[in-house]
Amino acid sequence: MRYPFPTGKNDFIQGNEAIARAAILAGCRFYAGYPITPASEIFEAMALYMPLVDGVSIQMEDEIGSIAAIIGASWAGAKAMTATSGPGFSLMQENLGYAVMTETPIVVVNMMRGGPSTGQPTLPAQGDIMQSIWGTHGDHMLIVLSPSTVQEAFDFTIRAFNLAEKYRTPVVLLGDAEIAHMRERVYIPHPDDVEVINRKLPESEEEHKLPFGDPHGDGIPPMPIFGRGYRTYVTGLTHDEIGHPKTVEAEIHERLIKRIYGKILGHREDIISYEEFELEDADVAIVSTGIVSRSAIRAVKMLREKGVKAGLLKLHTVWPFDFDMIEELAERVRKIYVPEMNLGQLYHLVKEGADGKAEVELIPKIGGEVHTPMEIAEKVVG
Amino acid sequence: MRKEVLFSGFGGQGVILAGVILGRAAAVYEDLYAVQTQAYGPESRGGASMAGVVISDEPIDYPKVMAPDYAVLFSQEAYNKYIHSMRKGGTVVVEEELVPSRDTAAEKSLKVYALPLTELAEQTTGLSLTMNILTLGLLVEATGIVGREAIERAVLDAVPKGTEELNLKALHRGFEIGARIRDGES
Repeated sequence: MRYPFPTGKNDFIQGNEAIARAAILAGCRFYAGYPITPASEIFEAMALYMPLVDGVSIQMEDEIGSIAAIIGASWAGAKAMTATSGPGFSLMQENLGYAVMTETPIVVVNMMRGGPSTGQPTLPAQGDIMQSIWGTHGDHMLIVLSPSTVQEAFDFTIRAFNLAEKYRTPVVLLGDAEIAHMRERVYIPHPDDVEVINRKLPESEEEHKLPFGDPHGDGIPPMPIFGRGYRTYVTGLTHDEIGHPKTVEAEIHERLIKRIYGKILGHREDIISYEEFELEDADVAIVSTGIVSRSAIRAVKMLREKGVKAGLLKLHTVWPFDFDMIEELAERVRKIYVPEMNLGQLYHLVKEGADGKAEVELIPKIGGEVHTPMEIAEKVVG
Repeated sequence: MRKEVLFSGFGGQGVILAGVILGRAAAVYEDLYAVQTQAYGPESRGGASMAGVVISDEPIDYPKVMAPDYAVLFSQEAYNKYIHSMRKGGTVVVEEELVPSRDTAAEKSLKVYALPLTELAEQTTGLSLTMNILTLGLLVEATGIVGREAIERAVLDAVPKGTEELNLKALHRGFEIGARIRDGES
């Protein structure tokens, strides 16, 4: 397999380009999208690369069409991705829920810009954190990853595909306009060095017949490929293990939804990822995710120079959320600060986790600029 | 070693490309860490334009330029906006024809090289638009941010096919001028 970009070496590319290349190395061979600032370069790269790796890149009529197309492609056996920004992500919500309900592995990239509505198309924001978790209706569970560098955008894209395949679930990669467009050194590994996970396929007649069963007890049903084996019924309606609609039986609905919750929450330790910086002896902690984490690392260094024992917990996974870890942190520190580029979203999760064991203060910023390190440090000093 | 470089001017002068090439030289050909951010108006030409490049021998936390160690200012607007944000003792390259009004007080604490860069580019290659590449050569040679070979390779990666020789000519002229500046002859 020849790749249409150099591998096994450093490159200097935009976050969007890194996401496209990572998707291809993770095995993505179907992309459907609708252009939108600041995510369009992902589509541009996919349009260029896909024909060169025997994949397909298609422009759909809108964003809900795009996510519908990748759901279909996934059932046909392809690893599939779409990318958008706030307005398009809103349009995708219905089918994001469909992907949860039908347990379809897909990767949806949302490069956040200022909102609501069309808002500030070219400027970064983090206003879609809650939407990425709870945007679609009904009880549902999915995975949300949030990179802070171009290297993380690359690495987390590969991880997004692996988690989607492993847990048969949609995964949202939540970036922002800053990461989308900044160019940065990124190591593009040799394809042999990339860990690629593929979905479980049915291995027996029984498994083929029960595409929504739980034959291995891990909550993750093997996923058949359309056209190979039996006819498979896929519906967003509540369904039994065969896939047939069963819309009024309480126990069937409960069993299905609880399995979908359980296959993610039961594997939290595998899914949740974070990084600690100067946290061991910290007196005050900063909890952040995405681009703001980089300002926060700098702020911690500045605060340490001034003798303030500050530390950072940088979340790579936004959902599922490790409430217990935050509670343990709250027991160790005097105060937790949450800088984010919105008027308070991650803050509420941290506050719930801290459970009153430490004071939690929001450092909000909107308008299109990332917090400066000084803005965070000054708030912490008080 | 964190070094911050700022390029600013108006759209069409190749300000952002200059930043991309410098970042690429550092990240790909010098094995340093580098990040390039940018800001520009909605216009494709004529609007204010800025590229920031941060280069370091360790992973870069805050990716934006806070107080530039080096700045290249191609317009009066860019000069007015950024001359006061420089780190003390920083180096500034100014397109003197396009920056008629200068702040001598602010320049006292800086190393300032004011040159008719557009004209120099035109003399060298016959094309004023090679000014950004000439200036890159000048900046790199005068300051040693990255090596000659690294910037040369990054220029070759970035410029359109068929214009390699032209751009190298501009870059090499920049090296010459930069060397003279560095050695205090200009």
